[in-house]
Amino acid sequence: MTKPTDLTITEMTAALGKGALSALELADAHLQGMEQQRALNAFIVETPEKAREMAKASDARRKSGGIGLLEGVPLAIKDLFCTEGVQTTAASHILEGFKPTYESTVTSKLWQQGAVMLGKTNLDEFAMGSSNMTSHFGAVENPWKRKGDNRKLVPGGSSGGSAAAVAARIAPGATGTDTGGSIRQPAAFCGLVGMKPTYGRCSRWGIVAFASSLDQAGPIARTVGDAALMLQAMSGYDAKDSTSAKLEVPDFVTACKRPIKGMKIGIPKEYRVEGTAEEILKVWDRGMDMLRDAGAEPVEISLPHTKYALPTYYIVAPAECSSNLARYDGVRFGLRVPGKDLIDMYENTRGAGFGKETRRRILIGTYVLSAGYYDAYYKKAQQVRALIARDFTEAFKRCDAILTPTAPSAAFAMGEKMDDPVTMYLNDVFTVPTSLAGLPAISVPVTLNSEGLPLGLHLIGRAFDEETVFAAGAALEKAAAFTARPAGF
Amino acid sequence: MALDRQTVARIARLARIKVPESELDGLAGELSGIMNWIEQLNQVDTSAVEPMTSVADLSLPRRKDEVTDGGIAARILANAPGGAVLIESGKPEAGGFFTVPKVVE
Repeated sequence: MTKPTDLTITEMTAALGKGALSALELADAHLQGMEQQRALNAFIVETPEKAREMAKASDARRKSGGIGLLEGVPLAIKDLFCTEGVQTTAASHILEGFKPTYESTVTSKLWQQGAVMLGKTNLDEFAMGSSNMTSHFGAVENPWKRKGDNRKLVPGGSSGGSAAAVAARIAPGATGTDTGGSIRQPAAFCGLVGMKPTYGRCSRWGIVAFASSLDQAGPIARTVGDAALMLQAMSGYDAKDSTSAKLEVPDFVTACKRPIKGMKIGIPKEYRVEGTAEEILKVWDRGMDMLRDAGAEPVEISLPHTKYALPTYYIVAPAECSSNLARYDGVRFGLRVPGKDLIDMYENTRGAGFGKETRRRILIGTYVLSAGYYDAYYKKAQQVRALIARDFTEAFKRCDAILTPTAPSAAFAMGEKMDDPVTMYLNDVFTVPTSLAGLPAISVPVTLNSEGLPLGLHLIGRAFDEETVFAAGAALEKAAAFTARPAGF
Repeated sequence: MALDRQTVARIARLARIKVPESELDGLAGELSGIMNWIEQLNQVDTSAVEPMTSVADLSLPRRKDEVTDGGIAARILANAPGGAVLIESGKPEAGGFFTVPKVVE
């Protein structure tokens, strides 16, 4: 029999249903992996006792007949989701020791569907980063390595711990959040599937806020079907999030089986950006061939404002972050560093509590929102954002989904791309436009590059049309037949 | 747009973040680099474009103005640093407060 940690979520639910294994056995197998793979630093908090207790409760529920969509499936949770009674830090010193007295809507939904929590995964501080290098709790190691090269690689970010855990078989799936690419880029770097749904599909309530007009939760898993199943459980209207969409959640799992014959796949010419590796462009062409062979039709499209997406994002996201992070003041939760008066206490607390990248973004955000600069920067960025969104609306008159690379390179080594902040920001060149437009998008692993590292492709859909994205993603997955896994895992 | 150390010190003050003197020049360089890169947005003609504040094309939902929550002072104060004070329910002053350094002389 296949090792329990090698099963997909879909296979796990089948095996649990047949009684071939129990939720407790499944939890134990993954907890053992978690212990063995501690060197990856994928988790900030491990919750083995909670996992076993939840697994036992799941086994009991199964006996009494009431089973959820993810009954008995162990999952890793990004440490940006508030979990009741379990430390939630956003990988920041300023929240170290914070134990929420409430549970985020998305994780509540997962537990209602029978999922079991393994622990809280590492991330870039406040989800600001593309390498997981900005975590207060240390970098996360990607289980993948370049052929004949022992240097440690980054898992991508910000959901780096989630991606590393799933790639290392510590969890079959994990939650992530995506503000500019934080689910999709780490999924691509670790040979996994990552899905960012439409803005509004998953409730943001109880997720530590970074940039509220962009933040969305989504799954990281090993197959498109597993991502669909997880998203099914995570989605749905929530009165506690005023931007949550009052829409029925479609059947994402069934959508994965839809044929894509006649589907029009847009290829944006502006995505052949300078600095993209030749191998990435080749994989992109191959991906189109695969979809064509499955019956889809390529259509050249234009997204003329693509090159302005990153600078727009680096105004909008820091502006929103500077407002959202104002709540960390040393009064109600988290770190407090005393000072001679109230303002001194605020300044000391925030000076000591935030890491360098978070501080940089708060300062940029404060600057662009400050008197005299608001129109020149913030309003300008909002206007360009409208043009970027309009580009997609126009493009979707001619196609049903858009295919692009997920990231401009494969995973890089720790310490690379750290020379200046902008070099790191360029990682998200292909994912940020979708975030600004609020559209659903998936990254699917397609092949290994010449160094033996996974490369992913990115499919974007219309707002609230995750079904088409899943259908095209599943077709791409089937054609690519990506089965590689990191050596030793 | 180049930011000098005085500007960085001013925004750090606005953001209530203590930045050591020794880091002001480095930060000024980094932030200037980012702002210069952002300047390319000026190439885009946005004269007739409405600013986009949200992708959700909806007006914010409304609900009845009524109390839907409460009686959770203990939970709200549970994570307070620096000694919050909880006043048990049942007493007229039930609830509690956070503590901060003295602000009124």
